[in-house]
Amino acid sequence: MSTMQNTTLRTEGLSKQWGAFKANSDVSLTFVPGARHALIGPNGAGKTTFINLLTGGFAPSSGKVFFGDDDITSLPQHERVKRGMTRTFQINTLFAGLTVLESVVLAISERRGLQYVWHKTVAQQSDVIDEAMALLASLKLDGEANSITRSLAYGKQRLVEIALALATRPKVLLLDEPAAGIPSAESKELFEVIAQLPRDVTIVFIEHDMGLVFRFAERITVLVGGKVLTEGTPAEIAADKRVKEVYLGESEHE
Amino acid sequence: MSATTPTSASAAAAPTTSAKTTAMSPLPLLRLPNDRWKPLEIIFWLLPVAAYFVFPDYLILISQIMIVGLFAISLDLILGYGGIVSLGHAAFFGLGAYTAGLLSAHGWGEPISGMLLGAIVAAAFGYIISFLVVRGNDLARLMVTLGIGLMLFEAANKAAFITGGVDGLSGMMVDKIFGVFEFDLNGKVAYIYSFVVLFILFAVLRRLVNSPFGLSLVGIREGGRRMPAIGVNVNQRLTVIFTISAAIAGVAGALLAQTTQFVGLDVLGFPRSAELLIILVLGGTGRLYGGLVGAAIFMLAQDYLSGLNPAYWQFWIGLLLIVIVLFARGGILGGLTLIWGNLRKSSAGKGERS
Repeated sequence: MSTMQNTTLRTEGLSKQWGAFKANSDVSLTFVPGARHALIGPNGAGKTTFINLLTGGFAPSSGKVFFGDDDITSLPQHERVKRGMTRTFQINTLFAGLTVLESVVLAISERRGLQYVWHKTVAQQSDVIDEAMALLASLKLDGEANSITRSLAYGKQRLVEIALALATRPKVLLLDEPAAGIPSAESKELFEVIAQLPRDVTIVFIEHDMGLVFRFAERITVLVGGKVLTEGTPAEIAADKRVKEVYLGESEHE
Repeated sequence: MSATTPTSASAAAAPTTSAKTTAMSPLPLLRLPNDRWKPLEIIFWLLPVAAYFVFPDYLILISQIMIVGLFAISLDLILGYGGIVSLGHAAFFGLGAYTAGLLSAHGWGEPISGMLLGAIVAAAFGYIISFLVVRGNDLARLMVTLGIGLMLFEAANKAAFITGGVDGLSGMMVDKIFGVFEFDLNGKVAYIYSFVVLFILFAVLRRLVNSPFGLSLVGIREGGRRMPAIGVNVNQRLTVIFTISAAIAGVAGALLAQTTQFVGLDVLGFPRSAELLIILVLGGTGRLYGGLVGAAIFMLAQDYLSGLNPAYWQFWIGLLLIVIVLFARGGILGGLTLIWGNLRKSSAGKGERS
């Protein structure tokens, strides 16, 4: 469906600082189309900040973000979504009082440009509803279509996070700890869902569980103290002494 | 993505006989915003029709209730759907009233066009103001709307050579509706005029809030932080609904001016904005009917209680407001919905046990 060209996401010297605190400094990364790219690093390494800089949640202090050939550094978040990049949130950021189906229908309606349709009801949009139910079925959420989002089990809410992002049909999907807060058995299931996403979608994800990272990532970037420590294939990262040091320092309290 | 679950508009609109859809059922009953008229709603709309015949002495009061109800619905669009608090909505009501009033005082007595122009003037002002309102937080929004209201009130006060100032605008000559129905002293034509305008706008707005556009407003209320991540320009969306809301408020103001043939400065006053907020919160936000129910209860209570003791009637309104806000979140209609839901649940529970 989507073309492989011009969907490379790239940053050049991206930095973000608040006062004296440097959350990201001089991060230059390239995410090629179809990548399965993990961002790892100890707490406070600036991973979520980096996601926010990519999506437009924060404005960078310096540096640039390119999507394909275009400099999107100053584009607002909703414009970046329209170009094909969206994210999920580490802490559920959902439509609490809407049903699961309503939430997904809302996101699909926006993508299809139906946002200013006011003379027809939502229930009359059968194309949108069909697409929404198909998406929910693919995530095994169709049984919860009528459930109010806030009443769902936490693990299901994590799936709704992904459903809302997929409803925008992203070319680049940024997953900020998609399995945060759910038991490890469920998080494996969740990553199976992620692994089955279309191959041409670029997936960048933050994850702390190294088992999951090394199973699903094809490329890994290690961030430490807001800087890129190293980047490579899982095998290269596993063999890197500096990475071990960073994680050994942490492993005592994990 | 080829495995589509069969759905249809009728299935989507069906009531929730079983809340849980199982994976087994081939046709899950999908709950989505629709605008099929329910029996209770039809009864509700027959009430003002019946009142026309049963309470001929109260036509003027009920007309006012309908006008204030329409005004409250306009606030509900931004507060109940868009989540924008306002303490200055009288600005748009007053603009509509003065537009219709000034037109008819200066020879343009045709009521329908006068009302439409009132809506247009209010909408244009609302559109400009919306840019100041939508970007702030709740407190900033309260203060901006309050400030706009105060400024407009004093401007109208100062421009007494146009508005009549504290004496009010008099000399309005409103033509017959369609050149046939003349406004009478008993308020019969005013009653029917107000009712028809209210009903038509209600039906339109009822469709609007259940449309994809309406769903996006609820989305902003329920999860505004998520909206940019699904591609929504939130401020732009709020600007649109704020403008529509201002237009509806303008229609309500024009209706009041035309049916009473008078415009006083109080149409722009802070008390009118504050009362409106009370009315809407009493009735219940985010359901359109809340504004109508709130207006009816507030104004009937005002009429009855101020008859008992004109000085202290607001005491009881204050008490009611506190009780409603503390014990029935979602206003009177929210409380009733909750009670009704619990009753149904408990009776269903008994049925399962036996």
